[in-house]
Amino acid sequence: MDVLSDLFLDYTLRTVALGSAALGIVSGALGAFAVLRRQALLGDAMSHAALPGVALAFLITGSRAPLVLMIGAALTGWLAAAAIVYIVRASRIKTDTAMALMLSVFFGAGLVVLTFIQRQPAAGKAGLDKFLFGQAAAMLESDVITMASVGAVGLLGVLVLWKEFKLLSFDPDFAASLGMPTRRLDMLLTSLLVIAIVVGLKTVGVVLMSAMVVAPGAAARQWTNRLGVMVTLSALFGAAAGVLGALLSTTAETSTGPTIVLVATGLVVVSLLFAPARGLVWTRMHAWRSQRILALEAVMSDLAALAAQHSSDATRPHDVAALHAVRGRALVDRALSELAADGLAQRHDGGGWSLTPRGLAEADRLARMRRTPDDYL
Amino acid sequence: MTAWLRTGDPFAVQATDLTLAYQQRPVLWDVDLEVPKGVLMAIVGPNGAGKTTLLRTVLGLLRPAAGEVRIFGRPYSEQRRLVAYVPQRGSVDWDFPTTALDIVTMGTYGGLGWVKRPGAFERSRATAALAQVGMQAYAERQISQLSGGQQQRVFLARALVQDAQIFLMDEPFQGVDATTERAIVDLLHALRADGKTVVAVHHDLQTVAEYFDEVTLLNVRRIAAGPVEKVFTEANLRLTYGGRVAGIGGRANGAGHEAHL
Repeated sequence: MDVLSDLFLDYTLRTVALGSAALGIVSGALGAFAVLRRQALLGDAMSHAALPGVALAFLITGSRAPLVLMIGAALTGWLAAAAIVYIVRASRIKTDTAMALMLSVFFGAGLVVLTFIQRQPAAGKAGLDKFLFGQAAAMLESDVITMASVGAVGLLGVLVLWKEFKLLSFDPDFAASLGMPTRRLDMLLTSLLVIAIVVGLKTVGVVLMSAMVVAPGAAARQWTNRLGVMVTLSALFGAAAGVLGALLSTTAETSTGPTIVLVATGLVVVSLLFAPARGLVWTRMHAWRSQRILALEAVMSDLAALAAQHSSDATRPHDVAALHAVRGRALVDRALSELAADGLAQRHDGGGWSLTPRGLAEADRLARMRRTPDDYL
Repeated sequence: MTAWLRTGDPFAVQATDLTLAYQQRPVLWDVDLEVPKGVLMAIVGPNGAGKTTLLRTVLGLLRPAAGEVRIFGRPYSEQRRLVAYVPQRGSVDWDFPTTALDIVTMGTYGGLGWVKRPGAFERSRATAALAQVGMQAYAERQISQLSGGQQQRVFLARALVQDAQIFLMDEPFQGVDATTERAIVDLLHALRADGKTVVAVHHDLQTVAEYFDEVTLLNVRRIAAGPVEKVFTEANLRLTYGGRVAGIGGRANGAGHEAHL
């Protein structure tokens, strides 16, 4: 309750919430495309590669203005992505190796420059190390304004080139056959992803920023089969994780990046488990239910076959010992009691079982349906 | 006469001297592809013979080291809108979050130009194309829930929407059920009756003579090309497959025309 009222009164909290909402929306929306294009690891490489850009931008300009640091971060992040593409194209090194290579080279270089800056006596160096794990509490109004405007450019790009990016993500060859400049579109979409990454860098940090790119998209994919819904949902998830994580870290005084990532991971776990149609719980339930129905149908057709051997009296009781032996006692007994509850089978005095007239009709209907399966093709 | 079709251009697709190599290993060597207007042509050859590469080179997706491609006598880049492409079904991720209708609508993107989104008109054309391949009932179905044959028909519908003159198909019959195979054959015949030209990479030697009018036998080089009854002979197939041909039986014509290398 305190946090909630503080949110509207406290300047710091309001700034933090607005900033992290902006970064969550942008990284969520663009991250959805990264997830679909299997570029999750590229996002990780690019965010790590942003560190030397931040450090060098400060070293060269002496300024800590958010836009200056963002431009530096974007340049080295983008350079790493280009290097990965070039290495894969020009050598026999595979994509995963190229990404791991560039991630460590750029990140290592960033740490070296950062240590160098720390040893300088110059003023205003403080805070650069926060780019490692992020610090939401340090967010200023100028940060938020820069984040929102840079992020808006990224979102606008996606909106304007929606159908191009959709086709590029689904079937780049077909896009090229229509005459779309797929290589340039690919570069543009990757550049927009760089924008999404640098927007969140100061808040979340280079080490864990890729989680903000991947987690909302992965969670959103679970809930929908429409690209538009997925991207929107991913943006909302990103905003929720960003705001919640940033506020938690500010009040609990933990590192912001890890806190945001934990919240985002929570969203992913819930989505993986409980989303309809794709969630683990749902698919398990579905499999269990169809197994149960198959068992019911099998026992019904067994009883119908037994009844067919005694055409004089179709509802004559039969000993189910043979069924027990073939299909397993537990399965048969559970199926029989369920069939009895539905009025499809009946238990006779003396322990024998038979189908009821309604059960016989149902078994007959199922048998005919199986001969002409209308859902087969 | 329509503007794109000049008189005196007998070939819908004419590729000359195409040569293409991956890291010094030639994939296509001096290949000519000549497809007369209004025929169904199969491209046949063993694995690694460069069939898909040839199709992708014609489409401008790969840049050849040498050679050129003409569509109705003009460079491919000027005639792009006349060519529709049906890629291999396995080349995309069918878990992409979208519907069958949406995939088919992608066939209209080329005509829409930049930024503009498909509207009711484009969707109604896509619906009609789905109906043409017997898939209208599946328009709103998530694409991962379609069978392999249904996915193939969605790809064909997407090409139909392009309203092209030439259809380049990469193994349209690969791994499809009997219903889909029938539907594709019917579609090929309908296209031919409309004066369209089809070039399809095809794997099943048994059905070449039944489904296609012309055939190009390919194994890095062009081994032979022409009408099926003249070219699809056991001798030519032996040249193409290096003697490892099984199961062509009586389908292939034994008359043995020489390959023109």
